Amino acid sequence: MKPGWEMVIGLEVHCELKTRTKLFCGCPNEFGDQPNTNVCPVCLGLPGSLPVLNQKAVELAMAIGTALNCQIRPSTFHRKNYFYPDQAKDYQISQYDEPLNVHGHLDLPDGSTVGIERAHMEEDTGKTTHAGASGRIHGADYSLVDYNRSGVPLVEIVSAPDIRTADQARAYATELRAILVASGASDGKMEEGSMRVDANVSVRRSASDPFGTRCEIKNLNSVRSLGRAIEYEADRQIALLESGGTVEQQTRHWDEGEGRTVALRSKEEAYDYRYFLEPDLVPLVPDAEWIQAVSDTMGILPAARRARLVELLEEGGESTATRADQVATVVDLGLDDLVLAAVAAGVGAGLALARTANEAATDPPAARQIGPRSYVALLTMEADGSLTATQAKAVLGEMLAAGGGDPAAIAAARGFEAMSEDSLVATVAEAVAAHPDEWGRYRDGEDKLAGFFTGLVMKATKGQADGKAINAELRRLRS
Amino acid sequence: MTDRPARLTRDEVAHVAALARLELTAEELDLFTGQLAQVLDHAADVSSLDLAGVAPTAHAMAVTNVLRPDEVRPGLDRPEVLAQAPSVEDDRFRVPRILGDAP
Amino acid sequence: MTSPAPAADLARAVRSGSRSAADVLDGYLAAIDADEEEIHAFNLVTAGSARTRADEIDRRVADGEDPGLLAGVPVALKDNLCTRGVATTCSSRILEGWLPPYDATVVVRLRQAGAVVVGKTNMDEFAMGSSTEASAFGPTRNPHDRGRVPGGSSGGSAAAVAAGFAPVALGSDTGGSIRQPAALCGVVGMKPTYGTVSRYGLVAFASSLDQIGPLATTVADAALLFDVIGGHDPLDSTSLDRPTPRALSVLDDGVGGMRVGVLTEFMEGASPDVVARVREAAGALAAAGARVEEVSVPVVTLGLSAYYLIAPGEASSNLARYDGVRYGLRVDADDIVAMNTATRSEGFGAEVKRRIMLGTYVLSAGYMDAYYNQALRVRTRIIEGFDAAYRSCDVLLGPTTPTTAFPLGEKTGDPLTMYLSDVCTIPSNLAGHPAISVPFGAGDDGLPIGVQLLGPALSESTLFKVAAVVEAAAPESPAPAGGGRS
Repeated sequence: MKPGWEMVIGLEVHCELKTRTKLFCGCPNEFGDQPNTNVCPVCLGLPGSLPVLNQKAVELAMAIGTALNCQIRPSTFHRKNYFYPDQAKDYQISQYDEPLNVHGHLDLPDGSTVGIERAHMEEDTGKTTHAGASGRIHGADYSLVDYNRSGVPLVEIVSAPDIRTADQARAYATELRAILVASGASDGKMEEGSMRVDANVSVRRSASDPFGTRCEIKNLNSVRSLGRAIEYEADRQIALLESGGTVEQQTRHWDEGEGRTVALRSKEEAYDYRYFLEPDLVPLVPDAEWIQAVSDTMGILPAARRARLVELLEEGGESTATRADQVATVVDLGLDDLVLAAVAAGVGAGLALARTANEAATDPPAARQIGPRSYVALLTMEADGSLTATQAKAVLGEMLAAGGGDPAAIAAARGFEAMSEDSLVATVAEAVAAHPDEWGRYRDGEDKLAGFFTGLVMKATKGQADGKAINAELRRLRS
Repeated sequence: MTDRPARLTRDEVAHVAALARLELTAEELDLFTGQLAQVLDHAADVSSLDLAGVAPTAHAMAVTNVLRPDEVRPGLDRPEVLAQAPSVEDDRFRVPRILGDAP
Repeated sequence: MTSPAPAADLARAVRSGSRSAADVLDGYLAAIDADEEEIHAFNLVTAGSARTRADEIDRRVADGEDPGLLAGVPVALKDNLCTRGVATTCSSRILEGWLPPYDATVVVRLRQAGAVVVGKTNMDEFAMGSSTEASAFGPTRNPHDRGRVPGGSSGGSAAAVAAGFAPVALGSDTGGSIRQPAALCGVVGMKPTYGTVSRYGLVAFASSLDQIGPLATTVADAALLFDVIGGHDPLDSTSLDRPTPRALSVLDDGVGGMRVGVLTEFMEGASPDVVARVREAAGALAAAGARVEEVSVPVVTLGLSAYYLIAPGEASSNLARYDGVRYGLRVDADDIVAMNTATRSEGFGAEVKRRIMLGTYVLSAGYMDAYYNQALRVRTRIIEGFDAAYRSCDVLLGPTTPTTAFPLGEKTGDPLTMYLSDVCTIPSNLAGHPAISVPFGAGDDGLPIGVQLLGPALSESTLFKVAAVVEAAAPESPAPAGGGRS
């Protein structure tokens, strides 16, 4: 990003709701089934068919609104009219000037806030595949349409143009995804298309300038692509403006292979969708009781879960600043329950967090399979000194691989026991005696040679010795 | 809001026909422009009224919150659906070349 | 010539075993054989499946079962009602040969009541018209005078009943399309309160206005049909979830003490003989104990203009789905846009194209507020106007349509003139109110005239009651010329 310029980003995220059935009919909402097997008169748009709104979809949309701190209000549905083969009725039922959720915000882990203008409901289209060399629209001879996805419920979340860096955009997408999953609304699989992100990008020289002309970037299949595309596009626009050109309002397609955005069509002449109130549906007026009921049944959101871990660290007198990444990792992977269980059983928050963020995080499903009881038993063995850190990691590794197991039994089977004090002193003395030069240098102040001796003692005891105890003994000998 | 719109022109009819995916011959364009202009002239008695403050009625019967449970219901058999399709390939509806993305 | 037996009588006879459904059906099929070629009420006569069905009904009666309130009754269905596996064309080339994979809810209910579907009737294409001349398959002729229109858009259904091809029929009414043809053909036609009859399976024309309703030779039969097809349907979000007014049971209650308002503005545009018949009907109601007076609802005169902004707007959107992709006609082309355009240009007739373009225009950016939204405000005013009238009246009375049946070809050159046929019927559609047309004598030309009763929302019980009294007082109705009877 060139100095002297600021990028302005707004993100539009389409999220497929995790309902059993489609938005307006009882067809299964399933990904990957045989083409055109989950269809009916309604989602095929057959003559005479009529839509009926899915209650669960409304509740999930309300949950999203709640999670994003929106105002949930009476709303109506409108028809967005345009011809396209994946649009079964050649209009989409959506929400226009009276959407369900408005005026919210999303707080990011770094402390910044992004405004949420709206999060409304609409139906998804069918899927087209293009027959031709590249599989893309351009150059295809003909296309094939599958309506299994037609009518699947979507919530479109539109952010305010508050995002100022590619990193912030990535953080927004990541946090939003975690929220969508936590609220039960979506499985958040960008790669499967259940969460689709489009970016509106413009640039300006300073924050006091008005917004520049923006371009909409589509085809972003991962958080990484999102970041790369935003940076590319901002640079592209800056280069254009610096050379005296102007930015045309366009929709652009991100080409992951080429690493650039390509113009699809000019958005100068906005399409006339002729929005009008959907006569086949009636207004949605959720009362306070219903809104409260939805809010009550929602899971705890990521921000709250992170705050809980930070609270535990603070209570345990641990530093929180250096642990922010660990906290984020553990919550992101859904392993914070394990940390909470360990702390409740008396394990230090720092240890519980470290072991979970570093070791358990290598295989979250296996960690969940192990379950809190066994996991906490293992951490307790390390916390009370029965196992050294190295030993504990080894036992945990075995438990993860097996998806379970009794830590005490595994430790015994591997011959891990705490070394006796005498045995440790004797082994350290042996190592010191065998290396008088190094001992001399350590005794004279070369502290880093403690590592040399620790390594020898570890080797001699096959990892059974506790690193901290070795260091303490070396210092004792030196003094 | 109640300014009377200008009389419908041939160009506007052509534009609207394209928007509706209809192709008209030159004669049809002339004929329809005349007929539609007449209808709209007649409708001018509506567009010229001062109805500020009157709420539009989109639904004659004031009903809200019509919902259905999130339960699977039997759909259509694929063969019966595809039997009515003008062109089928690989159990999908086949269409000629699509020129661009959806608007 | 004997009048055909009412459906209610037929059903009673079949259920009791005193007549076979097969025999009943044969009588109507014979009438169809004799006269259908000239009348052209049907796009499709389903004689074979009707016979199978009649036999099944007879078997069930023989087994001691009760097949239902319409056991063995032949019914003609307007060709915009989806019938599974049976061609449903809406009298359009774009749906020629389309076999719906599902039944409309009203069709399911008719079948559950034991009815026998005898065919799909001709109509103005996609229900857009007032004469059935806009059918892609040729017009239907008025059984009373074969050189004249039967009215529209449910002209085929009205003609079928008038010609004795079926005792009852279903039509659809968006701006008068059941009532006006009923009046021109001398039969009863009724449009229910919006939301009382499910629209699931009715091919949409204008969603906020469309309603399905019965056509019959008697008010009692229309009430019977209404009771059978009406009621909440979870497949239609606009279907009212409350008890439907019962019609049949209160039919004979009389009109003593009721207040009837003769609607001034409707009388103003009608021809003298139509006006005369309405006054006679008013007199009959007064004689039967009703209090009759003139009522003025000035705002109804805006109905026509508002309708021709709202209906085409919704229609332009409802008809977008006919694009050659999933069903119906496809005219091949190199790319999808060309294919959509060629298909629709070839598949739609002129009136449909006119309304689609008009509708697209009134919804388009820049015009929506001046036209479409403004028309919705007029609608509010019309509802208020009716509400005010119903503070002093129980029902309103007026002509159904300004004239008797006009000659084929007379109005096809001028769409605006054709639209004027609907001035008396449109306001009820805009308000969502029920209305019924009852045959009441003839014009100076000997052609049938119908008088119209209007009521507030959900007043069907009252409406049918009053209609029964009007029917009883009606002068001898003209019998259609030619044709056989059962």
